[in-house]
Amino acid sequence: MAEAVDFSAFVTARPDGACEMQLAVEGVHCAGCMAKIERTLGTMPGVTNARLNFTNRRLTVDWRKGEVEPGAIVEKLETIGYRAHPFAHAAEDEEARQAAFLLRCLAVAGFAAMNIMLLSVSVWSGNFTDITPETRDFFHWLSALIALPAAAYAGQPFFRSALNALRHRSLNMDVPISLGVLLALGLSVFETAISARHAYFDSAVMLLFFLLAGRYLDLLMRKKTRALAGNISALKAEVAHRLEGGRVTTVPVVALRPDDEIMVKPGERVPADGVLLAGTSEIDESLVTGETALKRVQPGDAVYSGSMNFDGALTLRVTAAGERSLLGEVERLLEVANARRSKYLRLADRAAQLYAPMVHLTAALTLFGWLAFGGGWHMSIVTAITVLIITCPCALALAVPAVQVVATGALFRSGVLLFSGDAVERLAEADTVVFDKTGTLTLPEPRLANARDIAPDLLETAARLALASRHPLAKAVARESQDKRPVAGAVEEPGSGVRATIDGAEARLGSPAFCGIDLSAAEQAEANSVIAFRHGARTAVFQVRQTLRSDAASVIVALQAKGLDVRILSGDRNEAVAEVAAALGVADWRGGIKPAEKIAVLEELKAGGRKVLMVGDGLNDAPALAAAAVSLSPITAADLTQAQADAVFLGERLQPVLDGVEVARRARRLMQQNLWLAVIYNAIAVPIAIAGLVTPLIAALAMSGSSILVTLNALRAGGRRPAPGEQAAQEVPAMLPIGACH
Amino acid sequence: MDVLVFLVPVALGLGLIGLAAFFWSLNNRQYEDLEGASLRVLSDDDLPDA
Repeated sequence: MAEAVDFSAFVTARPDGACEMQLAVEGVHCAGCMAKIERTLGTMPGVTNARLNFTNRRLTVDWRKGEVEPGAIVEKLETIGYRAHPFAHAAEDEEARQAAFLLRCLAVAGFAAMNIMLLSVSVWSGNFTDITPETRDFFHWLSALIALPAAAYAGQPFFRSALNALRHRSLNMDVPISLGVLLALGLSVFETAISARHAYFDSAVMLLFFLLAGRYLDLLMRKKTRALAGNISALKAEVAHRLEGGRVTTVPVVALRPDDEIMVKPGERVPADGVLLAGTSEIDESLVTGETALKRVQPGDAVYSGSMNFDGALTLRVTAAGERSLLGEVERLLEVANARRSKYLRLADRAAQLYAPMVHLTAALTLFGWLAFGGGWHMSIVTAITVLIITCPCALALAVPAVQVVATGALFRSGVLLFSGDAVERLAEADTVVFDKTGTLTLPEPRLANARDIAPDLLETAARLALASRHPLAKAVARESQDKRPVAGAVEEPGSGVRATIDGAEARLGSPAFCGIDLSAAEQAEANSVIAFRHGARTAVFQVRQTLRSDAASVIVALQAKGLDVRILSGDRNEAVAEVAAALGVADWRGGIKPAEKIAVLEELKAGGRKVLMVGDGLNDAPALAAAAVSLSPITAADLTQAQADAVFLGERLQPVLDGVEVARRARRLMQQNLWLAVIYNAIAVPIAIAGLVTPLIAALAMSGSSILVTLNALRAGGRRPAPGEQAAQEVPAMLPIGACH
Repeated sequence: MDVLVFLVPVALGLGLIGLAAFFWSLNNRQYEDLEGASLRVLSDDDLPDA
């Protein structure tokens, strides 16, 4: 790292005087890496503790206050070959607390279920042999003693959610669950009090145990996904050069405050929204508006975070920093889009709205049926309640989450990080895909368009020289280099280019005038995207353009083959969009449209009954992502845009979008299968219950049997696992222990 | 069946000890890095440097 960065914004001071910092670390593959990192940091004077969490690749370092410079830790890690960046962790704390609570509930339910089952099995076998009524009552009371407090504690997640739903006058799956558990417990206590033969404490607690396990796994998967996304955004290591009384300090972007003055060098992205105080330059706003042509800015103009500064050094005053960095219009549109967004009704909840009234009606009919046929009050009520217990939707409630856990894992492996819980279902239902162009169909950084027309050795020389330059056009040339070592003694002349002596001849890379090259008329027309090179007498003119992702065409054909209607909506000029649309074979496209118009188009599609999947990355896409039924962003997207997306995908290829749709559709099919399995189970079990033949033993067997069946079916959602080393695995580098280690 | 008076509390007590141990390990943050724990057991950091 060339300049020291002030990381003090990430350091937490603890009450005992120690300092603590969390870092996301890249390149950790094995136990050796872990030991190496911890041992190396442990030898730094002042460091009291360094511990790497291998699951989420986060390193926690403690040190005595004032003895260690936070930046030194990052540098130390760099010297042993690991890139690290501090991490602000507040956002994930809530989820961690929730996971710990669910785990605690799971433990209590597990303890209770095991102990009660011990007692129940004794009673069941005793009922066939010679158990005395006194012993049976004693065992039942003991079960009650364990089950009642355990259910009161472990049932909290369900009771709360059910109450919440009832308060909003709706039904979700937790309503019949809660009712089933409470009735089972109530009936069992009553039956125990009149020393009857049957009690259902075991069923009630076992049900809670199964359901909690499903929910915990679901949350765990989402936690893992979020941790990886957090690491990737931390490792972007965005810094800004802040001016303080004439001195420049480099600070992380999150530490910027409004009214700070910052400097943006040529070739850097603008780190925060601001007003230009000094300097003029051409900037590329493609990440903001999708427009690929450069824009001239001068003092007084507003510039937006994410714009690329091309030539001049700029000084700007920050108007809003960090998370509040927004264009006014986008912010307003986002509010509208979010307010208009209808709440998605999940498959399981839709099933619950049918299921719950039906079950309760069946129970009521059972009660009155037995009364009418002279069953007597006690027998009728007990039978009606057993109907409720046996229909308590254990399998139904597991049917969807179990598939979701497996599907989220499969998506994770193909490079799609899912953020919202119901996104799998919404993704499966999409029938129209709307792509943004710049940065989504095309690669986020421009590439060399005519590399094949240039002699390989000349290209390699130019590319190595380009490594010394920070100019965006030069960076595109530098990408072509095989040898990543910059040329020694290269000098950058601001506004012109770089020059150096290579193999005894002068080499220049930069503007055509700087290299003494006259452009042809055609090249003159796009002088903004042309960079020239001269090495001795040999010359070359490179064209730098936005290029399509390598597999964009094949992915779009595959999406169309799946029956999806593919469209392009872009903020870029019509000519640029037309070219891309023609190359990809997309007939339906529009260019030059503003964020508000994007939303209007989506609303129109929605009104026509379409379910739209929006894929976009620009700040101008954020409202459209929020308005669409389901949305995806590449990981390179603006932070605000990512926050609106249901999922982000990694890597330079478009394949994850296709994989996402495939996995989601398979998952939805399995969810429906699972719901049908649950219905079949009920079709068999309910008549038995209505007939009054269900004993606690039958209830326990039927309930766990159906849960296991549904879970096994859910495992099929994962599909084929890619073998280590395949493309999909390579694109998720941070979390999968693959490959050899240094 | 007098033996139950003795056996039942013992059985429950053992179960409760297990539950308490689990809560202790949970609060001790032992479930935050399950993958790391499986690798740490292989390292020889308790030996003096060879």
